[in-house]
Amino acid sequence: MTEPVVSLEDAGLRYGETHVLHDLTFSMSEGDIVTVIGPNGAGKTSLIKLILGIEKPSSGHVRQRAGTRVGYVPQRMTLQPTLPLTVGRFLGLAGGDPSAIEAALARTGVAQLADESVHHLSGGEFQRVLLARAILRRPQLLVLDEPAQGLDVNGQSALYELIRSLRDELNCAVLTVSHDLHVVMASTDTVLCLNGHICCRGQPEQISQDPAFTQLFGENLANTLAVYHHHHNHSHDVHGETVP
Amino acid sequence: MIDLILNDFFWRAMAGGLMVAMVAGPLGCFVVWRRMAYFGDTLAHSALLGIALGTAFQANLNLSIVLVCVLLAVILMLLSRQQSLASDTLLGILSHSSLAIGLVVLGMMQDFSIDLTGYLFGDLLAINQRDLLWIALGGAFILMLTVWLWRGLLMITIHEELATVEGHRTGLLRLALMLMLSLVIATAMKIVGVLLITALLIIPAAAARPLAATPERMAVIASLLGMGSVVAGMTLSWHVDTPAGPSVVVAAFGFFLLLWLVRARAPA
Repeated sequence: MTEPVVSLEDAGLRYGETHVLHDLTFSMSEGDIVTVIGPNGAGKTSLIKLILGIEKPSSGHVRQRAGTRVGYVPQRMTLQPTLPLTVGRFLGLAGGDPSAIEAALARTGVAQLADESVHHLSGGEFQRVLLARAILRRPQLLVLDEPAQGLDVNGQSALYELIRSLRDELNCAVLTVSHDLHVVMASTDTVLCLNGHICCRGQPEQISQDPAFTQLFGENLANTLAVYHHHHNHSHDVHGETVP
Repeated sequence: MIDLILNDFFWRAMAGGLMVAMVAGPLGCFVVWRRMAYFGDTLAHSALLGIALGTAFQANLNLSIVLVCVLLAVILMLLSRQQSLASDTLLGILSHSSLAIGLVVLGMMQDFSIDLTGYLFGDLLAINQRDLLWIALGGAFILMLTVWLWRGLLMITIHEELATVEGHRTGLLRLALMLMLSLVIATAMKIVGVLLITALLIIPAAAARPLAATPERMAVIASLLGMGSVVAGMTLSWHVDTPAGPSVVVAAFGFFLLLWLVRARAPA
């Protein structure tokens, strides 16, 4: 068995006296798509910082396989308007020749924006530019923090669809943090429900019936999600039995 | 030609001013991008403390200025991690305290005849051959370092965490930027003085912003505008007999106003 791209072993993170995360154990290999969900303050962004190596765990271990190339799409990037920057130049700063930059932009569907100022992009366009920049490095691990924030439902589905196909192409592990439960449930392999620790994990349909999930997100939402997800995976016959 | 520059005080001043303005262009851009104007002021004020201490211990003044600036930069970096005080409060405390301590120390040394106005507002025309050599060496060093670290410095300015993930040593880069700023301030002091150094850093950079579509262009244009300000300010100073340092800053301000007015009138 090959070494996972990233693995956490009883990892915890503490700022002063505040325990943000504790007892996290999980690992990701090439091709895995894991989505982290959880309420505000659950430590989602802290988990990303641990995985990226920006923060060191205060207990336990976080290991990235040696030489792992990481692509990172940060949340809500605020760009200084005083700093003039074109999309092409922004990607150039990540390294890579002009043809690779062009290809990456084309792959995420924003090739026409290469000479545009980054300050003139819409939220959705900027997310795609960030994604292009991340895949330019041909990552083995792709980490996305709230990538679909501010997009409408169609935009969200399209973005997750794109992420999925990029995973197939690059064979990378994909870790996404998200609030958008509906879309997440339809487009991920594993859901990791976080609230300081890992409450529950599993495939979307299992998760939506897990008592811990119900407790965290409320019964109504959990039910809607369960129904929503059934709709995508199997049908019910006239007697209410599931059929594939 | 070189003889003329080295032996005539006017041309020496011009050469020194041009070199400092060239180096200040790209670094000034970082000051503008990273919102470090107040930080620049603080470093500049601490330069006066460097002069006071250098004079008191009869050390090389350029060296003592750089040392005090770097020391202050490191103290600031360490204190800002504590976050018990807002960073502008912290800067205000250190900025004015170091200025005041510098003035007090200078005041205690009454037997030394020190031209305080020269340090506060610059004494461009008093640049000697030795100063010129310092400016040339320091300037070349900073310029090479800026070019060498350019990509990393830009990345930590755009997004620090993204820069970390992409393998840039963010802590070292931030330290290098502060070191380069300290060096520029130590060399620029002769030209425009402690109180006006930040102007030489930020005004050409801010004036260059509407003309540039990429960070590299903005850096080059800022250098050119700074150099233009030196030429214009020095010429003004020569013909109308105004103080050289402030004249350079006034010229830079003139460029800034002109460019923003032109920009405002042009259809977007």
